[in-house]
Amino acid sequence: MAAATEQIQTNSKLRFFESRTLRRFVRHRLAITGLVMIVGIGILCVVGPWLLPHDMLDINIRDRFSPPLTDTFIMGTDEMGRDLAARLFMAGRVSLMVGIAAMILSTLIGTVIGLVAGYFGKVTGTVLMRLTDSFLCFPQIFLLLTLAAFLEPNAFMITLIIAVTSWMEVARIVSAEIRSLRERDFITAARISGASHRWIMFRELLPNTIGPIIVAATLTIAKAILLEAYVSFLGYGIQPPMPSWGNMLNNAQQFLDTAPWLAIIPGIAITAAVTSFNFIGDGLRDALDARSDAQ
Amino acid sequence: MSEKALIETRDLKQHFPLRKGLFGGKSQVVKAVDGISIEIPRRSVLGLVGESGSGKSTFGQAVMGLTKPTAGSMTFDGIDMATASSAELRGLKRRMQMVFQDPFSSLNPRMSVAETLGVPLRFHEPQLNGAQRKDRAAEMLERVGLPGQYVDRFPHEFSGGQRQRIGIARALMVHPDFIMADEVVSALDVSVQAQVLNLFGRLQRDLELTMLFITHDLAVVGHVSDFVAVMYLGRVVEIAPTRELFSSPKHPYTEALLSAAPTPQTKNRRQRIVLKGDIPSPLNPPSGCPFRTRCPYALEECAHSTPELREFASGHKAACIRDDLSLASATQQQKEPA
Repeated sequence: MAAATEQIQTNSKLRFFESRTLRRFVRHRLAITGLVMIVGIGILCVVGPWLLPHDMLDINIRDRFSPPLTDTFIMGTDEMGRDLAARLFMAGRVSLMVGIAAMILSTLIGTVIGLVAGYFGKVTGTVLMRLTDSFLCFPQIFLLLTLAAFLEPNAFMITLIIAVTSWMEVARIVSAEIRSLRERDFITAARISGASHRWIMFRELLPNTIGPIIVAATLTIAKAILLEAYVSFLGYGIQPPMPSWGNMLNNAQQFLDTAPWLAIIPGIAITAAVTSFNFIGDGLRDALDARSDAQ
Repeated sequence: MSEKALIETRDLKQHFPLRKGLFGGKSQVVKAVDGISIEIPRRSVLGLVGESGSGKSTFGQAVMGLTKPTAGSMTFDGIDMATASSAELRGLKRRMQMVFQDPFSSLNPRMSVAETLGVPLRFHEPQLNGAQRKDRAAEMLERVGLPGQYVDRFPHEFSGGQRQRIGIARALMVHPDFIMADEVVSALDVSVQAQVLNLFGRLQRDLELTMLFITHDLAVVGHVSDFVAVMYLGRVVEIAPTRELFSSPKHPYTEALLSAAPTPQTKNRRQRIVLKGDIPSPLNPPSGCPFRTRCPYALEECAHSTPELREFASGHKAACIRDDLSLASATQQQKEPA
């Protein structure tokens, strides 16, 4: 009897829909593949540089343009004989960090703007959403390049610039979600209970929009990685000698016919990271959508 | 009504403008609530009935101060809500609480019962700490007939009836004097409806609550209320003590409503008065008496002016110009075979 009661209590602590969400996510093959790949890439980028015999800045003139799997250069070397593997992993650190930091920042901006716009509606909401629309009017890449041309190009600035140009989607998702949630009875109930605007926004509404925010955030990482690569490839982003997946490509283009691995390997890294994040995002979207259980 | 009423509305109106297109055109006005004056004496329950679209929920919202009335006044315990200072208003709002129709959207799915019940305390009794709030929540949960240890559970773990009990517990957390219950049982199974209604009855007696009970179900109203007001198209057409309303209705609409309520008998079925057509659009209400288009007793004069409520007996008012009608009561309708 006591055991049974305890059983019921532990069950009730386990949030039932979250565990169902988890189950749906685990069953999503692509998402799990993506997650495994991202974890793998992450571990390689963090640990890899220590395990390799070469430092990414070591110049070996004699071993220039070694193809992959020459001696200890598992991914070959570049035009100065630097180990490509070491560079790739260090670049991965930079690219992933920029991607994740830009995601956090843009999600924060987007969530706050969407929340305020959706909750207050009327004039405040209209002004904020028109601002969002006006940001969306500019092609993101031009906005990015313009800003990058004026600002000092380092990892911090690039993160900032990407975040400032990619918060709009989150803002729109959040404001749409809030506008529908705010009409629900539990919000009226909170108002009648005397709750403040801040309480209603952050404690009643926000927790109920976490699902779509997480999905959008995951997809934003993929977009941010791609944008960083784009800007760095064009030379406005992360500056050498600090490597990033984008500026490695920039370097590689002049040796495309003689040393194609210089372009192919960072290209694969970018593709793998971006598709993985997209798969995870898709998986989360399906898992958080309770309707997918109905099948 | 010797004692002063707790709730009093004077000619309360709630109109909603409808905008037509981008560049206007003639804007129309929906008169959802069109001049309601009622009083709810302390410790009594006023049942408000009417079909969908009659404006009963809109009226309830205006009473709760959720919308600003277009015209008219609403006084709570002698204080006019429109002119009260914000400090006064804050005090008043604690004393007025509400229970909702839909038990599924009225609880935040991301909050445990303890958190949900703790919200009113956080804002009205900020001196309490988390543990004290939780104790109070557990206490209140037992009061509404749920085990106190359920405070850590989440809304999806409860049935509709249980959720409705939680909703009631939330309304009672800050010891209100007045509860507005908007269609609180219409989303529940009939067997659960009875339990929830009995709970309301018990709590109302024990805590000496004043209540506005909005419903479309006459059986429900007969069960819980001391007085009944019948609404039609944004107006009160009849108001009377419950027993009186059921035994001698004075408005043809009330008679029709009473005849429509199902009875347990299979033989001697009462004569059903079937109203023609639908409730008219509040955008374009009929001239004169709003009910005349569907009224079986309508006269020509009914189109001329809107009848005001007038007293037929002590505490019994109806908005009908005809004195000569002898309308069938709920029981008569049952006894006289068709």
